[in-house]
Amino acid sequence: MHRAVDFLQERFPEDVLEVVEFRGDTTLVVNPKAIRALLTALRDAPEMGYKYLSMIAAVDYYPAEPRFGVVYNLYSHRYRDRLTLKCLLPGEAPVIDSVVSVHATADFHEREAYDLMGIVFKGHPNLKRILLPEDFVGFPLRKEFPQRGQ
Amino acid sequence: MTPVLPEKQYDTMLLNVGPSHPSTHGVLRVLVELDGEVIVRAQPDLGYLHRGIEKLCENRTYHQCIPLMNRLDYLAGEVNNFGFCLAVEKLLGIEVPKRAQYIRVIIAELTRIASHIFWLGTHAHDLGAMTPLFYGFREREKIMDLCEMVSGGRMFPAYFRIGGLAADLPEGFVEEALAFVKDFPNKWKDYDTLLTENPIWKKRTVGVGVMTKEECLQWGWSGPMARGSGVDWDLRRDNPYSSYEDFDFNIPLGTREGDVYSRYLVRMQEMLESAKIVRQALEKLPKGDIKVDDPRISLPPKEKVYTDIAALINHFKLIQEGVTPPAGEVYQAIEAPKGEMGFYIVSDGSGRPFRVKIRRPSFVVLNATDKLARGRLLADLIALIGTMDIVLADVDC
Repeated sequence: MHRAVDFLQERFPEDVLEVVEFRGDTTLVVNPKAIRALLTALRDAPEMGYKYLSMIAAVDYYPAEPRFGVVYNLYSHRYRDRLTLKCLLPGEAPVIDSVVSVHATADFHEREAYDLMGIVFKGHPNLKRILLPEDFVGFPLRKEFPQRGQ
Repeated sequence: MTPVLPEKQYDTMLLNVGPSHPSTHGVLRVLVELDGEVIVRAQPDLGYLHRGIEKLCENRTYHQCIPLMNRLDYLAGEVNNFGFCLAVEKLLGIEVPKRAQYIRVIIAELTRIASHIFWLGTHAHDLGAMTPLFYGFREREKIMDLCEMVSGGRMFPAYFRIGGLAADLPEGFVEEALAFVKDFPNKWKDYDTLLTENPIWKKRTVGVGVMTKEECLQWGWSGPMARGSGVDWDLRRDNPYSSYEDFDFNIPLGTREGDVYSRYLVRMQEMLESAKIVRQALEKLPKGDIKVDDPRISLPPKEKVYTDIAALINHFKLIQEGVTPPAGEVYQAIEAPKGEMGFYIVSDGSGRPFRVKIRRPSFVVLNATDKLARGRLLADLIALIGTMDIVLADVDC
């Protein structure tokens, strides 16, 4: 069992919804409303030391509901291990708190997830398209977006 | 009577650096707000090279993704495939034979040297030193020749396969590669004498673009960018993959406070360390297979396809349906020349990836442009873009 599981279950008993182990990777499915508090706790507790946010990935699990996944991949330089947190968001209006105030690097990752997947990060200082032109319509990484042009 | 004074101007000026500026290494546009020559704000504008590789992967078999991955960070083409293949192999739960692991390390470390040489040449060229580029390309050309030997491709060898390699090393490769890495430290001295104690080079780089250790972690910096600030972290040593634990190498750390010059020193040392790894791998190269012995993953040998009906069916099934990993999600990171390159793959159990997310080091590093440039002179921006070692194909994906 990953060392972060007990730590989080003790402090946030309501917010850790599921623990998935696969090929040595541990993914914790957590409550999206608590993401900022969870990342802050993992960053600041010396026994955790997850000070480095590797990436934020958005996944479209269509046709499942809740449809969207927002995945946070963390690394601890002190203990040399990884931890993945995943939040599931509804298909209608996916909104989650921005974590730019916790990890500065989240800025570009969140803008990319907004740009390509249409996930809104509440509290982001500059949430606009990053890779696509500003007048682009639609979110191309969603499953309903065609691979080829019409 | 009071004299008539010119009206004071408080307006700042907006300046576009790029998208086609020689020092932006591709098509990066930086919107710079200037107060005189001092940068008030620098905002990178990306996406000129966005090809939608993550989306394209979703409609291809895993093997068909390999040529796309080459084109991410095209200065280190094969390293991207390294990460992708390792991620799919992790998903499949397999490990490739020892010989294939060593050959992968050899190609990846040669590519790292080539990538760092390119960075050195262009970075120095941006700051006014022309010669390192010419000296560096002499060695880079040799590495390109070695890549051409193994697969025919120079920039994009596409030599790695899921489960191993496309073919074994050609005759004569080991000797030529050994000759190259033995000679490389001597050639390296040429770059070193040109720049390390060069007063102009130091004036342009010392104290520019300073990042502390803590800030590096905050901004998600990895690889030589973080090590330049003293973050003692290298995935090859700390989370070894593909037999890196078999080799003896040092992790050079920046001695200064984490400025452009410090990152220059780190990357210079890394080239020598890579040459050391290649040499060890060539000398210890084990014998054996170059791909896993599993008909669900590796293609049968060509002569069998022509003579054996079962092998022919196997070949067609693998090409058309591809490898089918179980449903699940994995993340695999490798130490690419530019930092942590990660692949997050979601599989639904079919022959095509459900979602591929690529963690590109160049994209992450660019996030800190404004932080680094604010309050500096416009000329420093060129040094900052150079030190980031970005490739726009990697940024835009």
